[in-house]
Amino acid sequence: MSNTSIVYRSVSDVSGPLLIVENTHDVSYNEVVKVRAPNGELLTGTVLETGRGRAIIQVFEGTSGLDADITAVRFTGETMHLPVSTEILGRVLDGAGNPLDKGPPLTAEDHWDIYGSPINPYARQYPRQPIQTGLSSIDGLNTLVRGQKLPIFSGSGLPHNRIAAQIVRQAKIPGEESDFAIVFGAMGITATEAQYFMDSFEETGALEHTALFLNLANDPAIERIITPRAALTAAEYLAYESDLHVLVILTDMTNYAEALREISAARSEIPGRRGYPGYLYTDLSLIYERAGRIKGRKGTITQMPILSMPQDDMTHPIPDLTGYITEGQIIVGRSVHRRGIYPPIDPGPSLSRLMKEGIGEGMTRFDHKEVQAQLYYGYSEGCDLRDLVAVVGAEALTERDQKYLKFADRFEAEFINQGEFEDRSFEQTLDIGWDLLSDFPERELKRCDPDTISWAKNQNLYKSS
Amino acid sequence: MTESTGRIETIAGPVVKCSGLPSVRMYEVVRVGTQKLIGEVIEVSDKEFTAQVYEETSGLAPGEPVISTGDSLSVELGPGLLGAIYDGIQRPLPELREMSGDFISRGLNVDALNKEKKWEFKPSVEVGAKVSPGDIIGKVPETGILTTMIMIPVGVQGEVVEIASEDEYTVIETICKVKDSHGDIHDVIMMQRTPVRVGRGFKDRAPMDTPLLTGQRVIDTFMPQAKGGTGAIPGGFGTGKTVTLHQFAKWADAQVVVYVGCGERGNEMTEALEEWPSLKDPKSGRPLMERTVLIANTSNMPVAAREASIYVAVTIAEYFRDQGFDVALMADSTSRWAEALREISGRLGQLPSEEGYPAYLGSRLAQFYERGGRVKTLASDERLGSITICGAVSPPGGDFSEPVTQATLRIVKVFWALDKDLAARRFFPAINTLTSYSLYHSTLKKWHIENLGEDWPELVKESLALLQKDQELREIVQLVGPDALPESERAILEAARMIKEDFLTQSALHEIDTYSPIGKTYRMLRVIIGFTQRMAAAVKMGVQVKRILDLSVLDNIARMKITPLDTYEEQMDAVEKKMEREFKSLLQELSDSGLLSEPVV
Repeated sequence: MSNTSIVYRSVSDVSGPLLIVENTHDVSYNEVVKVRAPNGELLTGTVLETGRGRAIIQVFEGTSGLDADITAVRFTGETMHLPVSTEILGRVLDGAGNPLDKGPPLTAEDHWDIYGSPINPYARQYPRQPIQTGLSSIDGLNTLVRGQKLPIFSGSGLPHNRIAAQIVRQAKIPGEESDFAIVFGAMGITATEAQYFMDSFEETGALEHTALFLNLANDPAIERIITPRAALTAAEYLAYESDLHVLVILTDMTNYAEALREISAARSEIPGRRGYPGYLYTDLSLIYERAGRIKGRKGTITQMPILSMPQDDMTHPIPDLTGYITEGQIIVGRSVHRRGIYPPIDPGPSLSRLMKEGIGEGMTRFDHKEVQAQLYYGYSEGCDLRDLVAVVGAEALTERDQKYLKFADRFEAEFINQGEFEDRSFEQTLDIGWDLLSDFPERELKRCDPDTISWAKNQNLYKSS
Repeated sequence: MTESTGRIETIAGPVVKCSGLPSVRMYEVVRVGTQKLIGEVIEVSDKEFTAQVYEETSGLAPGEPVISTGDSLSVELGPGLLGAIYDGIQRPLPELREMSGDFISRGLNVDALNKEKKWEFKPSVEVGAKVSPGDIIGKVPETGILTTMIMIPVGVQGEVVEIASEDEYTVIETICKVKDSHGDIHDVIMMQRTPVRVGRGFKDRAPMDTPLLTGQRVIDTFMPQAKGGTGAIPGGFGTGKTVTLHQFAKWADAQVVVYVGCGERGNEMTEALEEWPSLKDPKSGRPLMERTVLIANTSNMPVAAREASIYVAVTIAEYFRDQGFDVALMADSTSRWAEALREISGRLGQLPSEEGYPAYLGSRLAQFYERGGRVKTLASDERLGSITICGAVSPPGGDFSEPVTQATLRIVKVFWALDKDLAARRFFPAINTLTSYSLYHSTLKKWHIENLGEDWPELVKESLALLQKDQELREIVQLVGPDALPESERAILEAARMIKEDFLTQSALHEIDTYSPIGKTYRMLRVIIGFTQRMAAAVKMGVQVKRILDLSVLDNIARMKITPLDTYEEQMDAVEKKMEREFKSLLQELSDSGLLSEPVV
C-alpha cells in the first residue's frame, strides 16, 4: 500500500477525465486518490493503472481547472468505501454518497467497499417470492420476484420516470410492509426530473423508507461510475445486515455506460461495438449480479435498472448486454404509448424469467399462472388479428376472431391501462383478468384448468354465459 | 518444485506485468502479490513476463512479490468429482463458502478433491499383471449412478508388483505399485493431475454412429446430436439457450454431464444446484446430480478465470471419457469465454481483428471443440468413450453474422438456431426447424432404423416438407387472407399446425412433457403424420377440412405429449385405432349422403 503522507505535485498530463502522475511509489490498483485543485477545491478519484513510477487516475468530478504545475495529489491507500447504516433511509445523497439534503453527515455503523465481492453461487438461494408493484402489467403478466434483476427498457420521450416513481410509491410485500426499503440511484437525470422524484416521494411518504443517490445531468459524468455501486453497497447493508427486502431502482443505465465509454476512450482502449469498451458486459454484470438472495439471510436485493434505448433499438449494446445478464425485461412500448395507454408496457416482448417460481398459491394466488397464460394467449391472438384486419377488413373475420379483436382492445384499456395513483393488489389484478376472460366461452380457455374455471365461476369472477 | 521470487511492475485489471523470474515458462502458474492471488503466465519476454490473474486485483501494488510454482494450470481428477460444484479454476465453492462466507474473497487455496475422505476401492488386477497407461486397475463405486474406474496414469508402464486389497483409501494413498522395464517402482494413487491446456491422449478416433438422445422431440427428430459430436446453440437473450442446455444436462442419455456456466447468471447456477439433486435419472432413478460436475464462473466472477473454466471443464470430461463413459459437456456460454479472450488480448495490446476479438479466436474455438469426439482410449483393451460438446453462443443483438457465431459454425456439426419470433410467441423450444441442421443424419440413420422403425427417415422427411410448405403458404396468406387458399392447401396449414403444436412444442416445466424418450417421440410423430396423410387423402376425395377438424381423436392427439411414460405404447395404439375408425365413419357418412367427389375405396 502507498504511503499516505506523501503529496505528489508531479502531474504530467491532464487529458479528459484522466490525470497522470509521475514518480509515484507503490500505488495500488483501484485505490482512492484525493486531488487538490489549484483553486483549493478537493476532488476524488481512483487509480486505473499503476506501475513503473506512474499512475493513471480517473477524477470523478472531472478535470476542469486542474493543471500540471500546482495540482497536488495524495493517495489514501484504500479502495473506495461508503459509510453504511440504516439511517441512510430517508436521506437524499449525491452520486458519491455525500448528503444533499442539508442533513448531518451520514452516520456509519461500518465502512463498506463500494465494489463489493461476488456472491458465491453456492451461497445463493433461488428467488421465489414476489414483490407487488401495484401495476397490473407487471404484477399480473411479468411478476417481479425478490432477488431478481428485472430492467425496464424504455426510450426517450416515454414515461419511464413516471413508472419508476409509481413503483417506488407503491411497491410493497403484502403482509411484510415494514421490512421493505427502496434505494434509488439516479445517473445523469435532469434537475426537473430529480425534483419530480423527490416531491413525489415526499408527498406520499415513500421517502421514509427510501435512500436517494442523485447524480444530475450537470454533475460530473465520471461520478456516474460510482453512483450505482454506492447505491448497491447501501442496499447490501440494508439487506444483509438489517434484514430488509430492498428494491434498487437505477436510472438511467445508458448514462452510466456512456460515462464508462468516456473513460475508455480517454485511455485509448480498443473499442468494442459502437465505441463501448469490450468489457462492458463484465462491468454491467458486476452491477446487476449484486441482486440476489443468500441462504440463511432474511433480506434480499431486487434490482430494476431503467435504461433508455437509443432510437428504441433493442440490439444496441446497452440493452442487449443488459438483457443477457438480467432475468427478463419490461418493455415500455412507443406504439402502446401513442395509443394513450399508461403505463405503456408492451406485454409481447416483456418477460420475467423468474416469475414461474414466484407466483401461485401462498405467494400471489393459485390461479395466477393459468390466468397469465390465458391473457397472454388472448392478447397475442388479438394482436395478430389486428394485422390481418389491416389487410382484409374486419368483415372477413369469424365470430371467434371478432371476440379476440375486442378482447385485445379491452385488455389494453382495462388491464394494462391504469391510473398513475391507482395501486392494484395481486387479487384485484387477477380479478380484472377474469372479468376480461368472461368475454370468451369456456372452451376457448384452453390454458386454464377446468377446476380453476369452475372455481372462478363460483367466486363470480368468470361470468361467461 | 522450484520457488523463486519476482516483483510486480504494472497492473491493469486482470493483467499484471512482472519482472525477475528469468526461468518462468509460458502458462506456468504464479502466485501474485502478498495475498498470493492465483495467476497464469501468458506472455514471456526477455526481462519481463505478463500474467493473467484469476482473482480481483484491486489493492495490488507494484513491488509486491510474485512467486513461481513451476507447475502449469492443472486439475485434480479422481473420486469426488461427481456432484461437485467448482469455480473456474476448480476450487470447490462449498469449501470457499466455509472459508470466506457468502462472498468470495481472495487468495484462498483449496484442494479440488478432498484428501481425507476415504473411498471404497475394489482392485480388478492381480500382482503380475502387465499394465500400460489407461488400464483399469480398480473401481470405486462413487455415486449410486456411476462407478469410477481407477486408471494407470500416463508415463507408468510395466508389471503390477503390489495392489491394494479391497478396502477404503483416500485419493492420495498408494494403491498400486508398478515396476517398469528398468526395474524402477512407480507408486500409483487414485488421483491424477492433468494440465488443462493440452488434451489427454487417446489411441484413435471412432465413428459416431449412436445418437445422444436429449429427450427433446424437436432435437432428437430434426437435428439429432451424435455421441461424440459437437453442436452449437446460438440465440439472442430470452430465446431459451440456457433452458435448452439445462434440459440437455438433465435428460441427455450420457453417463456423465459436465456443465460449465461461463460468464452467465448466478441464479441459473443456483437453479441447477437446487433443482437437479431432486430430479431423478430416468434410467437408474437416482438423483441427477450424482452424474453431474458443475463449473461456475458467473458473470461477476473474475474474467481471467472465465478463460480457464472451459479448459478445466473439458479436461474433467476427458478423464471420464478415458474411463470409457459417454460424457456430455455443456458450455453456457462460449461467447462470454470469447469476450474474456478479447478483454485479456486488449489489455496485452495485441492487434485486434474483427470486432476487437483477437486473430486467434477461430483457432482457439476449434481447439476446444476438437477435444470432443468418440475415441478408442489409451488402454490396452478396446474401450470406447465419447465427449459430446454443446456450446451456447450469445450473439450481440441476436445477429448470427458476428465473429463468434461464425467461427463456431465453421467447426460444429449440429446447429440449433433459436428464433426470437418463436420465443416472443412463447413457442418453446424456440428452435427454428427450417434453418437448423445436423450433419449426423446419415451416420445415425442405421441406428434409427434398427431401434425405431423402417419408416423413421420417411416420417422426418415428410414433416420437414410440410413445415417448409407451410412457411411458403403463410406468406401467401399474409397477402390474400386464408379464404383464398384451396382446401388441399388449408389441409397443409392444419397439418403443419399439428406438428408444431402437438409435437414440436415441449414444456420444460411440465413433469411428463419435459422428457420425451425416443420411443415415445417416434410413436407421436407416426400418429401425427398418419393423421395428416389421411387428412390429405380425405380432402382429395372432397371432404372439407372443417369436418376433419371436428374429429374427436384430435383431442387425444393433443394430449399425447402428457401421456405417462409407462403406458404410452398402449395409448398410442388406441389413438391410431380410433383415428382409423373416425376417418372411416366420416368418409362413409359423407359417401352415403353423396357428398364425396370420389367413391370410398
